[in-house]
Amino acid sequence: MGKLTLEELKKLRESKQKEMSLRDTSDKNVHIIIGMGTCGIAAGAKDAYSAFVDELAAHNLGNVTVKQTGCMGLCHAEPTVEVIMPEMPRIIYGNVNAQVARDIVRKHVLGKILVNDHVFDRPAIDIVEGGGN
Amino acid sequence: MNFKQYILVCGGTGCESSKSDEIYRNLLSAAESKDVKSDVQILKTGCFGLCEKGPIVKVLPDESFYVHVKPEDATEIIEEHVIKGREVKRLLYDTSDSKANKAMENLDFYQKQFRIVLRNCGVINPEDIDEYIARDGYAALSKVLSEMTPDDVIAELKISGLRGRGGAGFPTWLKWNLTKEVESDQKYVVCNADEGDPGAYMDRSTLEGDPHSLIEAMAIAAYTIGADYGYIYIRAEYPLAINRLKIAMEQARGYGLLGKDILGSGFNFDLEIRLGAGAFVCGEETALIASLEGERGMPRPRPPFPSVKGVFGKPTVINNVETWANVPVILHKGGKWFASIGTEDSKGTKVFALTGKINNSGLVEVPMGTTLREIVYDIGGGIKDGKKFKAVQTGGPSGGVITADYIDTPIDYASLQKLGSIMGSGGMIIMDEDDCMVDVAKFYLDFTVDESCGKCAPCRVGGKTMLHLLEGITKGKGTMDDIEKMKKIALGMSKASLCGLGQTAPNPVLSTLRYFEDEYLAHIQEKRCPAGKCKDLTVYEIISDKCIGCGLCARRCPVSCISGEKRQPHVIDQEKCIKCGECYSVCKFEAVSKK
Repeated sequence: MGKLTLEELKKLRESKQKEMSLRDTSDKNVHIIIGMGTCGIAAGAKDAYSAFVDELAAHNLGNVTVKQTGCMGLCHAEPTVEVIMPEMPRIIYGNVNAQVARDIVRKHVLGKILVNDHVFDRPAIDIVEGGGN
Repeated sequence: MNFKQYILVCGGTGCESSKSDEIYRNLLSAAESKDVKSDVQILKTGCFGLCEKGPIVKVLPDESFYVHVKPEDATEIIEEHVIKGREVKRLLYDTSDSKANKAMENLDFYQKQFRIVLRNCGVINPEDIDEYIARDGYAALSKVLSEMTPDDVIAELKISGLRGRGGAGFPTWLKWNLTKEVESDQKYVVCNADEGDPGAYMDRSTLEGDPHSLIEAMAIAAYTIGADYGYIYIRAEYPLAINRLKIAMEQARGYGLLGKDILGSGFNFDLEIRLGAGAFVCGEETALIASLEGERGMPRPRPPFPSVKGVFGKPTVINNVETWANVPVILHKGGKWFASIGTEDSKGTKVFALTGKINNSGLVEVPMGTTLREIVYDIGGGIKDGKKFKAVQTGGPSGGVITADYIDTPIDYASLQKLGSIMGSGGMIIMDEDDCMVDVAKFYLDFTVDESCGKCAPCRVGGKTMLHLLEGITKGKGTMDDIEKMKKIALGMSKASLCGLGQTAPNPVLSTLRYFEDEYLAHIQEKRCPAGKCKDLTVYEIISDKCIGCGLCARRCPVSCISGEKRQPHVIDQEKCIKCGECYSVCKFEAVSKK
């Protein structure tokens, strides 16, 4: 897309918002989001990332996207990973090494069971989504 | 298989010690006996914070937050909540007193944190501009360019009450307005991303997680003051942040959000990154500007202030990363919304990098007016290994300590200053009973002496002299005169130094002297370090009554200064001992004493 006008920016925002809210029904309906700030990477987020990609390929899971984000703030529990998928609450996992990453794919994504001892709480509400815009 | 509900039991150390494990087991057996095992998954989680309200149990997807749960409550949670779908009201956390709740009228939540600056960190992919746009990104810039005059922007900022987050807390609207009022053919906006306090990484995380919010804010400021060019001054030690900024700038240019005729408004603005080589003094704005221009990074006297004479002698608005990141939200949601958060003189939130002897170290953002106790215990999960909280250092090498006596002080600009510390940029280092306050003062002073640019004598000579005196004290060579001398030098430095670095360098010394004079006296008069941290004053000895002669310490001693016959008490040769403490930590019989 080239240079935007005011109107085009607004339209782009609306379509992207829709895309995000339509997550449940699109063919890519599972999202694995890995905290990859300097802190996460130093704690091994890249290993977790490769393990996710590897394990997803092994199970032939084409409906899952793996993406990076910045620091979630839980430095004591890095690497951190959020999993968003239909019929499951949004969950943040902490201390996710390669083994835990594989467990998340097998248990959470495939088996719909949360991985014990690695669930962490979201530290704050989202002012953008919950903020009554 | 699909569970309908999930019960999360806090497995943090605080909750574990108040029987959360028993709650976990009772929940499991109650679920079994009521035959709902396939409906609900019961898990143990990491620390929720709010440890004083523990043990904590959370039920998903209802988000029910139960506090002070007892093992005998397990059956009721299963019977009422899981089977009948009714929350157990008496266990729910009362959110009515929460400071952040005020800002979000139709919502109540138990979290102590409130994220404005970090709103997108850990949510969006920082390398995808579309995700930023979907979360109201560039909405503020659209609004400003299409509906607001520069004066409107200033007025909105004034209502918001936003003050600079870099340390000094100067009102942002005033800074912008001063620059706006100056007539000039060229003006600039600058982002100060030269984060240098030991233990601080708020700005790095913000840039790595949400680079577009900075670009959007700088464009808004440029429009407001009449600038068309900006610089981001960032230290070369932040390669990931630099890389993500570059990607973000490229994407913004692609959409025409940087460049000529932005959003068809006729407004032009572009940005450039300038790398700093990591000198602490370059966080000071005049030194930063010198370095940005290619000169040696040294401060110059103010006035003239950068708002009048800044980059290349032109009027310049310079703000730090966190200040910038607040701007798009203020203009999108309104200054009034922002002003509803925080205290009378300090509006909004503050990001802190919580480090040191704390269980849940991390990046936290709280409404101004949150107490230190809430940060340390409700968010930080308390002190490591159950030790006693001693003090917290805020404001880095320019700040000071806040002690346990003042742990209930609400954090804002004025109250921290009253205690002899400062808000600073947001480093928060927690110290426990094992930390020696003389040593802490020495650490910070050593840092500022090392980072002093040497331009003015009070900082260059004063700092060095004071450090010598402190070193003497930690080696047992101090005299009572030294304390008076240090106070005198401190006064001179704070009054006569050219810039903030020198003016504030004595603060850690003055602050620890104010609250922990007894520790200085112990070092000077008794030649003793109460925390056992200062090596030259520490003596390790083997208590012959307790020593069974196992020889473990002798084998571990790196300088082989421990000797003795097998099964006979050993002795340490004090002449050779380097005081590494290895014998003390390996002895299983507590037979090594540390004085």
